Amino acid sequence: MGTFAYFPHTEEDIRAMLDRIGVASLDDLYSDVPDSFKYKGEYDLPSAMSEQEVRDFFDKLGRKNVQLKVLVGQGAYDHYVPSVIPYITSRSEFLTSYTPYQSEISQGTLRYIFEWQSMICRLTGMDVSNASMYDGPTAAAEALRMMIASTRKRNKVVVSAGLLPNVLNVIRTYMKYPGIELVVAKDVLSELDDNTAGVLVPEICKCGRIKNLAGYADKIHAAGALFAVYCDPSTLAVLKSPAEWGADIAVGDGQSLGIPLNFGGPYVGFLACRTELMRKLPGRIVGQTTDADGKRCFVLTLQAREQHIRREKATSNICSNESLMALWCTVYLSLMGPEGLRRVNELSAQGAHYLHDALLATGKFEDTHGDKPFLNEFTLKPLCDVDKLQKAFLSGGFFAGLQLENGELDFCVTEKYGKDVLDALVKIVEELA
Amino acid sequence: MKYYDKLIFELSRPGRSGYSLPRSFAADGGTAMPGISLPAGICRESPLDLPEVSEPDVVRHYTNLSQMNFGVDTGFYPLGSCTMKYNPKINEEVASHPLFTGLHPLQPAETVRGAQEVIDTLDSCLAAITGFEHFTFLPCAGAHGELTGLMLMREYHMARGDSARTKVIVPDSAHGTNPASAAVCGLEIVVVKSRPDGLVDVEDLKPLLGPDIAGIMMTNPNTLGLFEREIGEIARLVHECGGLLYYDGANMNPLLGKVRPGDMGFDILHLNLHKTFSTPHGGGGPGSGPVGVAKSVLPYLRIPVTSGFHGNFAVMMRALAYILMLGRENVKMAGPLAVLGANYIKESLKDAFKLPIPSVCKHEFVYDGLLNDGAREGVAGATTLDVAKRLLDYGFHAPTIYFPLLFHQALMVEPTETESKETLDAFIEVMHRIAAEAAEDPDILHSAPHNTPIRRPDETTAARNPIVKA
Repeated sequence: MGTFAYFPHTEEDIRAMLDRIGVASLDDLYSDVPDSFKYKGEYDLPSAMSEQEVRDFFDKLGRKNVQLKVLVGQGAYDHYVPSVIPYITSRSEFLTSYTPYQSEISQGTLRYIFEWQSMICRLTGMDVSNASMYDGPTAAAEALRMMIASTRKRNKVVVSAGLLPNVLNVIRTYMKYPGIELVVAKDVLSELDDNTAGVLVPEICKCGRIKNLAGYADKIHAAGALFAVYCDPSTLAVLKSPAEWGADIAVGDGQSLGIPLNFGGPYVGFLACRTELMRKLPGRIVGQTTDADGKRCFVLTLQAREQHIRREKATSNICSNESLMALWCTVYLSLMGPEGLRRVNELSAQGAHYLHDALLATGKFEDTHGDKPFLNEFTLKPLCDVDKLQKAFLSGGFFAGLQLENGELDFCVTEKYGKDVLDALVKIVEELA
Repeated sequence: MKYYDKLIFELSRPGRSGYSLPRSFAADGGTAMPGISLPAGICRESPLDLPEVSEPDVVRHYTNLSQMNFGVDTGFYPLGSCTMKYNPKINEEVASHPLFTGLHPLQPAETVRGAQEVIDTLDSCLAAITGFEHFTFLPCAGAHGELTGLMLMREYHMARGDSARTKVIVPDSAHGTNPASAAVCGLEIVVVKSRPDGLVDVEDLKPLLGPDIAGIMMTNPNTLGLFEREIGEIARLVHECGGLLYYDGANMNPLLGKVRPGDMGFDILHLNLHKTFSTPHGGGGPGSGPVGVAKSVLPYLRIPVTSGFHGNFAVMMRALAYILMLGRENVKMAGPLAVLGANYIKESLKDAFKLPIPSVCKHEFVYDGLLNDGAREGVAGATTLDVAKRLLDYGFHAPTIYFPLLFHQALMVEPTETESKETLDAFIEVMHRIAAEAAEDPDILHSAPHNTPIRRPDETTAARNPIVKA
């Protein structure tokens, strides 16, 4: 057997271990496997590569991607990533550790999760957050399940058609199999009845316009239902929090808190709620306590909700979540602070409004949304050849103007892109034949 | 490890900042920008109470937190069913490759051909290893994969107009996520018992099979680390009644090089890239739980959409780098070497720990507590929990404890193939020492750990009076 860097065993080691076990060969250790199941061929895999060859392999594939300035949102935002973050998240005590079940040697993980939970609560105004979900869409789906579990004998949920399409796709999938009645509506309040367990609306619609949710909580609660808001946590620096809207549950994706685009993942979902709903929360929760010597410490708590204890009666099946990405966001928010996060939104909004007005001025777009406010993302109705325009954007090095189902084109500006970049984008539109 | 008691909020002082952003939107600081005024009704009114900390203090805080943690890079982590193998660093380099990290998931296909090729290459590698056709990479974790796989099982039956199949069979040794995932998918659980030898009781299975059975969820080797020898018969019986077989890939590691789940009759499986395929656990994620299907289920593969974009792509990059580094020559050695280590420990400690199932194991095995727990007049015996806590004092992470539920003092050990004989011998020596300590005076274990940043936490109060935020 040849040597391989990840296998420490020498021939001597193997011999000594086989002797202790009392068998002659490694094959003997599979004597309990019926011969008919033993795979006797070679795997149809490449031969082992050296590290340099692996580097070359990915370099070659990387060159098949086109690096673009990203001016599209729709659930993934090209915000600036502070240099500090990967330095912290790649520390191997964080990166290569397991779920913090043995709290005495996992205080690092438990504390950052506690900080994440605290920051999510402060941003959303909620009382309790869990340790993270896979992403915003699955957090939304689990919030709906939570609302069903929290209301008696109600089997219907109402969600806004203004949610991002990828959020709706995941919601539809999760609701389908347990047979929960799902209503997707433009006017969610008109769908309220006494079978409605809960309502989910986005704070910012897929068209980028910000909703005024005044009156929603009262009407929804009057119908005996729960109220959940899907939000972009970064925008909560300037927009009303779900708690300020009277919501019971807040969900969304932490990707906008400094996580790179990464072709879609890993991101991180959050799910936070008022105290009364705490015991229905899925996923892990970290709580503060003291140790045998009275020292402050942290542990996974309320585990009786979870799959390893309640099995089919658990609030959810979630086990591993996105812990390290929660650390990513926690470090981001620690660096940004309130001023930095406000600034991120200010710069993004300034860029977006500048671009919005400049695009309209080209005469090739129309804003059909009246004077509905937006922050860093907006969609416009194109009055030009969309195919040609998108090709021109790509040639100009931009991913911009993604066409949505309703035909409108999406634009999103973050603090990464200043006036010069936006002027170049506008020039492409102006010069379009 | 040193006890460091701060939370980031306690380092905050008004006026401190750790951020670095452009001063203004226009490079020349000019005024060509519209004033943004949002209607008052939608603006945040409550204070934004985030920490105000300088960059050096943020770095120091999280560095100090990390030093209260234990990772695979720190020491031996024999957690059964978690496969805590070495996380290669070339994976990290690949995952942060600058030609991939800036790709938006909705970019046109012709601009992400490299990323798509990563996915396709991983798909064919996993297909080769498992004997399945194709994979969906949307699931972000094992339990997520289970859920997606069960949705596929239901799609298969629904396509046949077979709406009566609302139950799934799960062994009593199954991991909690199995029944939990079934519940999320709207399926009822039916439990099949295990025999005293630890394997699924085929005689107990037979009467459970009927037209209301969607299928069976199993892992092989099972959670006791035993190969389910009668899987051929089980597969035949389940298929005969019209059900499908789902393979929980959490225990895939020992099969590398030896057995393909697709050859055992399974129709759907999930893999844990953060177990078998070396991607780091990250303290609880991100993982990736790709779901593979046999030909019969292939038409339905894209129907359940269980995550927002393409799955945890950066995790998939790591897994592909791992497979390329091992190559076909070494993938086939990973299983046997993992099994070697597990059996070596099992044989070496059976003089101190109860070994309920002495037969050859695969990648993991279960002890049922100490042979001599030191119980005497007025002193309770040392439990599995006590053993686990004492191990922490000696610089090892504990094995999995109290799972599977079949054995009340279960201690499940999985060394993996990346541990040297010296490490295994050191673990064996310490476990012998702990057993001797227990026999002499169990209170040494009862009061453990002593050498860690904190002693045993009061979990009861944590649950009774939850403090879940600062």
